[in-house]
Amino acid sequence: MLGLDSFNIDSVVIHTISIFFSGVCLQSPCSLLFEPVTLQPCLPSEFDVVILGTGLAESVVAAAFSRVGQRVLHVDRRSYYAANWASFTFNGLLTWIQQHHEESQPEEAQDWSSLLEEGEELIYLSNSKSESDSISNVQVFSFTSEEEEEEEAPSPDPPSIAEEQTGGAEEDAVKENSETESADSKEDDTKEKSEATADGDDEEQASQTEGEEPEADQPTTSAAQSQSEPIKKKISYPQLLKEGRRFNIDLVSKLMYSRGSLVDLLIKSNVSRYAEFKNVTRILTYRHGKVQQVPCSRADVFASRQLSVVEKRKLMRFLTSCMEETEEQQAYNGRPYLEFLCDQQLGDNLQDFLLHSIAMVTEDTPTEEGLTSTRHFLRCLGRYGNTPFLFPVYGLGEIPQCFCRMCAVFGGIYCLRHSVNCLVMDKETNRCKAVIDSRGQRISCSHFVVEEGYVGADRKQMATPTRSLSRAVLITDGSILPSDSDQQVSMVTVPPIAAGCPAVKMVELCSSTMTCMPGTYLVHLTCQSVGSAYEDLSPVVTRMFHTPESHDQENCPSVLWCLYFNMADGSGLEAEGHNLPSNVYMCSGPDGGLGHEHAIKQAESIFQKILPEEDFCPPAPNPEDIIYDGDNTSSAMGGEEEEKEETEDKQEKEEKEDKQEEKEETEDKQEEEEKDGAGEMEKEEEQTLQTEE
Amino acid sequence: MHGRVKLKSTAQQEEEKKKEREKKLKIYVATRDACFSKRKESICDDEALQLTQQLLSSNPDFATLWNYRREILMHLETVKDEDEIQKVYISELSFLESCLKVNPKSYGSWHHRGWVSARLPRPDWARELSLCDRCLSLDDRNFHCWDYRRMVVKMSGVPVDQELAFTDRLIGSNFSNYSSWHYRSTLLPLLHPESPEPPSPCREPPHSSLPPSPQTHSHRVCEEQLLKEYELVQNAFFTDPNDQSAWFYYRWLLGRAEREEMISCVYVSREEERVAVAFSRPVNAQSVGLLLVLDGQPQRVEWTSVHPRFKHSPVWICALPPGTISDITNEHNLTVHWTEKHTHRDCALYTGRSESWCRDSATDQELFRSELSVEKTSVLQSELQSCNQLQELEPLNKWCLLTIILLMRALDPLGYEKETLAHFQTLKEVDSMRCAYYSDLCSKFMIENTILKMEYAEVRVFSISDKNLTTLCHLDQLLLVTHINLSSNQLQRLPPQFAMLQCLEVLEADNNSIESLEGVYHLPKLEEVLLKNNKISTLADLQPLASCPRLKRLDLRGNPVTQTANIESELAELLPSVTDLLL
Repeated sequence: MLGLDSFNIDSVVIHTISIFFSGVCLQSPCSLLFEPVTLQPCLPSEFDVVILGTGLAESVVAAAFSRVGQRVLHVDRRSYYAANWASFTFNGLLTWIQQHHEESQPEEAQDWSSLLEEGEELIYLSNSKSESDSISNVQVFSFTSEEEEEEEAPSPDPPSIAEEQTGGAEEDAVKENSETESADSKEDDTKEKSEATADGDDEEQASQTEGEEPEADQPTTSAAQSQSEPIKKKISYPQLLKEGRRFNIDLVSKLMYSRGSLVDLLIKSNVSRYAEFKNVTRILTYRHGKVQQVPCSRADVFASRQLSVVEKRKLMRFLTSCMEETEEQQAYNGRPYLEFLCDQQLGDNLQDFLLHSIAMVTEDTPTEEGLTSTRHFLRCLGRYGNTPFLFPVYGLGEIPQCFCRMCAVFGGIYCLRHSVNCLVMDKETNRCKAVIDSRGQRISCSHFVVEEGYVGADRKQMATPTRSLSRAVLITDGSILPSDSDQQVSMVTVPPIAAGCPAVKMVELCSSTMTCMPGTYLVHLTCQSVGSAYEDLSPVVTRMFHTPESHDQENCPSVLWCLYFNMADGSGLEAEGHNLPSNVYMCSGPDGGLGHEHAIKQAESIFQKILPEEDFCPPAPNPEDIIYDGDNTSSAMGGEEEEKEETEDKQEKEEKEDKQEEKEETEDKQEEEEKDGAGEMEKEEEQTLQTEE
Repeated sequence: MHGRVKLKSTAQQEEEKKKEREKKLKIYVATRDACFSKRKESICDDEALQLTQQLLSSNPDFATLWNYRREILMHLETVKDEDEIQKVYISELSFLESCLKVNPKSYGSWHHRGWVSARLPRPDWARELSLCDRCLSLDDRNFHCWDYRRMVVKMSGVPVDQELAFTDRLIGSNFSNYSSWHYRSTLLPLLHPESPEPPSPCREPPHSSLPPSPQTHSHRVCEEQLLKEYELVQNAFFTDPNDQSAWFYYRWLLGRAEREEMISCVYVSREEERVAVAFSRPVNAQSVGLLLVLDGQPQRVEWTSVHPRFKHSPVWICALPPGTISDITNEHNLTVHWTEKHTHRDCALYTGRSESWCRDSATDQELFRSELSVEKTSVLQSELQSCNQLQELEPLNKWCLLTIILLMRALDPLGYEKETLAHFQTLKEVDSMRCAYYSDLCSKFMIENTILKMEYAEVRVFSISDKNLTTLCHLDQLLLVTHINLSSNQLQRLPPQFAMLQCLEVLEADNNSIESLEGVYHLPKLEEVLLKNNKISTLADLQPLASCPRLKRLDLRGNPVTQTANIESELAELLPSVTDLLL
């Protein structure tokens, strides 16, 4: 959404914002990769708050400060917003992958001590990637055919050959066929790589080490696919690249609890108007080798075919009764939740549903914790739909950008590809007086907020052992549980498939979430790391999807492309005990939780530490209630504040433009939140009514 | 603090809003007045159409304006050709859509839409249907929309199965919706009508002389579909047993047999020279074309109901002309024709008999099974099982308890009497607000059971003492009873219906809380009234007894009225026939 590369100085701000707000590129962060604009080093030399990093917590902090009139400078070393919370197009993701394969150049250490005054010292931040990189074990596999797509239906020959594969002669023929194919594809491959993007050497290495016979892999896959679904047109790799802009692939995989702190904050602050949301339409789970729908709402339970009427009653009764705290529950404090569920005379399948899909905890989670998360899940049900979750259209990367936008609307200044090299610390007070940015400008500030990745390991306190998340992103050709509608957004809980394996959370997104091209599904898998992402997640992928490594999975959706990587778990950052000046605050990266509670809580606590008296993200005012300088009504300001009035003027212009744009672009997107889920439908209705008229 | 966006104060905002409102009001009032004056002059021009549109789009509930608009449109119909009219109505429809957005539950808008759609020369029903579906997806209980939708479906002939699938969808998304369940109940009999062949006798009727049970009803559903419906609705009430819509649908499914309309009993008494006729439902005998034929001769008689309160009553009496049947050596043949229903009943009064009657053994099971019936016992039995299962899980659910009671009644009212009483007790405890309702219902069932027992015993004595009765009902079934024992219950009155006990000789009602004897009225054979320990407090309460000519024995011990001064002499004056008075 924020297609803007950066807007750096006062005079430019208004200009760029107006381009931005006139709706050049609202669709997706596709133009994140603009060539760097030649920047002039003339940022204002004084801010109230300087924020480094555009992750969710930092962006919320930025919006909150800007909203209450603090002067905010928000910068990020990267060329895109949202740091590890970002969303990428397919091609953008390939670039990102490439960056993580590259050797990082050693940082040229510059001496900024000339900018120091008496009694000050420098604290260097880390701007090199290798040192701070929270991403590791990146592995990519592509199972698509590398050939250009055929416009016509697939020729009848190859499938028929494949079908008769049992005969020995035919088998040879297939092999021959495949060999030629792979040769072709290899050629294409190299072209692709050199031309387009990121399939670096590492990738090939990876696929070679993982797959037994990499050459044979792809053709076999395609043969198998054509065998199972001869009619379906397969999507080729060039197609993925061609349609790459339709993808918005999130680095983190989270969902928004409809009564979670993020949704509350979006509504409270009116930031919700900058984004659109979709309901997660179903909760699924993986039991006994089968994907099943978890009945969690009243309508689900009613419609469920897998539960007997008695089970329905038991489940409903448990769901209603567990909302209230009872003495019976307290008796189980400290004992496993599973034991509590057992004693409620719930059958095996109900226990599984409740433990893995509703509470989303493990077998040894204590009862009180299990109940708390069960209650949270249930409270979120029915606010916007039959599941507790929302997902932002165009991906989660939208959310930090929405907050950045709010910050910008209220005068915050943004620079991407711009960093802070070091902090200027007053030795006496142990406070950060100023920062020195990547262009060597000294900018004074009262507070400094920084993403943890910029802080050297020696200065921060991390939980031991270090926690990390295993992630996988799959592009598949079908839903793991096909239904009447092919536009389902599914949350899938996969209980540990064997002892010692982690529980995996999986989110399957359909194309109407604007995160993948039509005909494909985007699947995110997340778990707490035990080994590398590949080790943790590929067994699940192999079981639930059709890949070259899987057996007898013809009925499962095929994986077209997949990415594995590990990401540091943001919850590993301790709240206290860092070796930093007292007015420097650290924000962690994404945590492993499904919701956004961690980041929002962090942002709010930083805000409250700095401005304990102020309201955190109060609602943005209505445009008509804002007093503009042109208005005769605004006489409150004295003449002594001329300079400030000027800035305000600019802000207000931004505001105006913002509102205008909103009217043009998003007319009735507003207040979708408040309308209890009907918002989306209502909007649809209005649109259809209009077209009909 | 510096740098903040300056905002108007709330006072400023209020002021602006107020001004805005005043401005709007002014425009509104002026337009309204213009409309009214135009209507007075019966001008039907485009301007009027526009003015009303202005007003209605901000206030779609202004019924007068809708009427005016219809006048204008009807006028336009006379001056424009069909294509123009089509255009006018099409724009009317889109205007209505904007009104519905203002208020999706406006009577005026929906009614007008129905009116317009019906007059549209070339209606687009598919579009109307999709509009309804959209409205219902926003609010699935918008009954205005449901109404309109029914009209659209009717006009456009949407296939019934498609409509049934529509209710499936709505119930699937939210089963707490009477409208969808009800709609379903109207569709099912059309789609899956009950097989036409007469149902095989599913129970061994206690009396073989029964006419075929009255089961030829168009609103029944074939059994195969019924079983599917049971499953669906059970899913609903197991999911949420407190949701009443599913329970009501369930009760509909379980069936409500309509009894055949007939003359259930004819009674003739030689001594009083009168005839009493009981019908299967309350009728107004004066207007239903009742014809009495005595020995082949139609008689001119005047039918009177048993109590002046009743215009409709299941029991009617008439006096025969004096002397027609008084000779005990004569045999008479009597026929009562109910011409309206093409039915009749004969009754022979043989020589030497002082009275005679003819009736079905009315107490066959159909009689009281009308609440739930028709289905095969096996089906009901399995339904009872699943309800019992639910009751085990939810022992305090009133809907479940009540349904179990009804199922038990349908299956074996006498056999389940004990369980039924226990369930009623629980019901009264868990739903104390409806305690009186349950007591009355329980009384009704107890009376039904007692009638059944009486019939099996083939006696004319009705005894139901000590059963916590709070009300009396089914008194039309007791036309022939000579002796009734209502002692030790909680009755407060003997209602006017009590006068249907035309053969009653002895009334025992000791130990109740009776205050009123309204129904002890013109009972020709009543001789003994025992009212010990009741709450009759004034002489006026005893007034109805004066209409019973043969009353000889009256027990009023333990009633407040006995404290009245001069009670004995007053009573002697009021009830001269009483010879045996206990005070």
